[in-house]
Amino acid sequence: MEPIKELLFGKTLNELIQVSTDLGLPKFTAGQLADWLYKKQIGSIDEMSNLSRKVRELLTEKYDFGTVLPAKVQVSTDGTKKYLFVTGKHQFIETAMIPDDDRITVCVSSQIGCKMGCLFCMTAKQGFQGQLSAGEIVNQIRSIDEAASVSNIVYMGMGEPFDNLDEVLKSIEILTSEWGYGMSPRRITVSSIGIVPAMGRFLRESEAHLAISLHTPFDEQRKSLMPVQIAYPIAEVVEEIRKWDFTGQRRVSFEYILFKGLNDTSIHVKELSRLLNGIKCRINLIRFHPVPGTPLVSPDEETILHFKNQLNDKGIFTSVRASRGQDIYAACGLLSTKEQNSNLKI
Amino acid sequence: MQLTNLNKYELKPVLITGNEEISPNVFVFSWKREGIFSPGQVIKITADPNEPPRIYSICSGINDENLSVLFNVKPGGELTPKLAMMKPGDKIYVSAPYGSFSSDDSPATWIATGTGIAPFYSMIRSGRYKNKKLIHGVSYANQFYFEEFLEKVLDENYIRCCSRAETGVHFHGRITDYLIGLNKLSREDKYYLCGQALMVVEVRDLLIRKGVPYGQIYAEIYF
Repeated sequence: MEPIKELLFGKTLNELIQVSTDLGLPKFTAGQLADWLYKKQIGSIDEMSNLSRKVRELLTEKYDFGTVLPAKVQVSTDGTKKYLFVTGKHQFIETAMIPDDDRITVCVSSQIGCKMGCLFCMTAKQGFQGQLSAGEIVNQIRSIDEAASVSNIVYMGMGEPFDNLDEVLKSIEILTSEWGYGMSPRRITVSSIGIVPAMGRFLRESEAHLAISLHTPFDEQRKSLMPVQIAYPIAEVVEEIRKWDFTGQRRVSFEYILFKGLNDTSIHVKELSRLLNGIKCRINLIRFHPVPGTPLVSPDEETILHFKNQLNDKGIFTSVRASRGQDIYAACGLLSTKEQNSNLKI
Repeated sequence: MQLTNLNKYELKPVLITGNEEISPNVFVFSWKREGIFSPGQVIKITADPNEPPRIYSICSGINDENLSVLFNVKPGGELTPKLAMMKPGDKIYVSAPYGSFSSDDSPATWIATGTGIAPFYSMIRSGRYKNKKLIHGVSYANQFYFEEFLEKVLDENYIRCCSRAETGVHFHGRITDYLIGLNKLSREDKYYLCGQALMVVEVRDLLIRKGVPYGQIYAEIYF
């Protein structure tokens, strides 16, 4: 059996310098490799035409190029696309492409499954199956039809990004470096449930925006929705956020899924305004689309609007996120769980 | 670097007092207790101040001389293989206990898999097991950690589910199989779950299907 080769795609410039050094190639080869990997649309080492045949053969002996095309694509009537990538045997990850006027936002996964067990999340029902490498994260942007016109990236797909922080930071480095995709970090948002130590490191080592899944300001209620509250209470998360400057271009936002009769009351508005007092932030309200086995439902539109208006009246800029791709299982985890289950039945 | 990590996670050095392998690859790791804690709390531990700490549930009682954690060795893991090799007198770095996975005197069922028994064992060793039922799920019978003690203290309120070996003594099957077979679950009781994410999610979904309000379910997941 042929040994599994290392992948070039997903390596940083420093790692590519190491690759070049290990193969006895000049240091500038690393820059050429980065150029082929991240700036040109090729799919094999053999296509790196400014490298000599001998160098390409040397590389091919030890490495594969490393990009993977999606295994399945679903297209919503509203233009949203859901891509399914296979990362290993029976392991699926999802990527959503959301077009909106002149913007194309890609929602990437950072793990296969998730460990966090949030009550309202479909991905949680898969359990945790593995980490994605930086290459597998960036590949979700690179290998979709819209790759050339992606304007924004959100780490809000499957998994908890701060539970795979090394690879997430590496993927952001590839996306934002001049030798990589050269994107502005201000076009990247990483969403987390708030793993405090990792959040501190993320804020220190990257310039991307931060989004925190809040969902309720009350301790006991959050515990029943999100087990992470036991280890990292939201008050501690907010306390850590207060140490950072968000008055410039860098943004922090709070994601808030509304659940009927649970977290959509005036008491919640009041407590949210107390909790977030003094932080320059925004709240994104999200309509809940029920997942199997979950007793939660979304409130009606009137309640959602009233909740939004109350928060805005309190001085917290609040918007309601448009629901997209409902006809294609756009809620994270639905499609891959469906695919995983159908494969298990074979 | 060392100082940064120690300050960042508020860790301090302690010398370990015991490291007992109570089952293949499963250890109770102890050091002298200083101060108080609440049963169910967790603690951050690292063997190397340059590495970020990991979180473990305390498994000792509030009056025990030592503070202990229960861990199984994860092959290729950053920390547990190192901890397994340590001997009394070796140094580790720990945080103060923290967390709020606690249980009062109201009726509750505690549900754990594997080393997820730790916080409940701490509560029981601390005498806080009034109105409690413990369901422990494992693959093999030698993974019923602290079985003798728990059997003595909890008697019929200690249910053991063994999924991969038929022992004739324990329920044969997973915790979910056991719960499915129950005719009725109290909707007033609280349910505390501790273990791997998938177990917690499956059991939580099952309890909700059986009519338990989700607000009565508390979960601690191994991150």
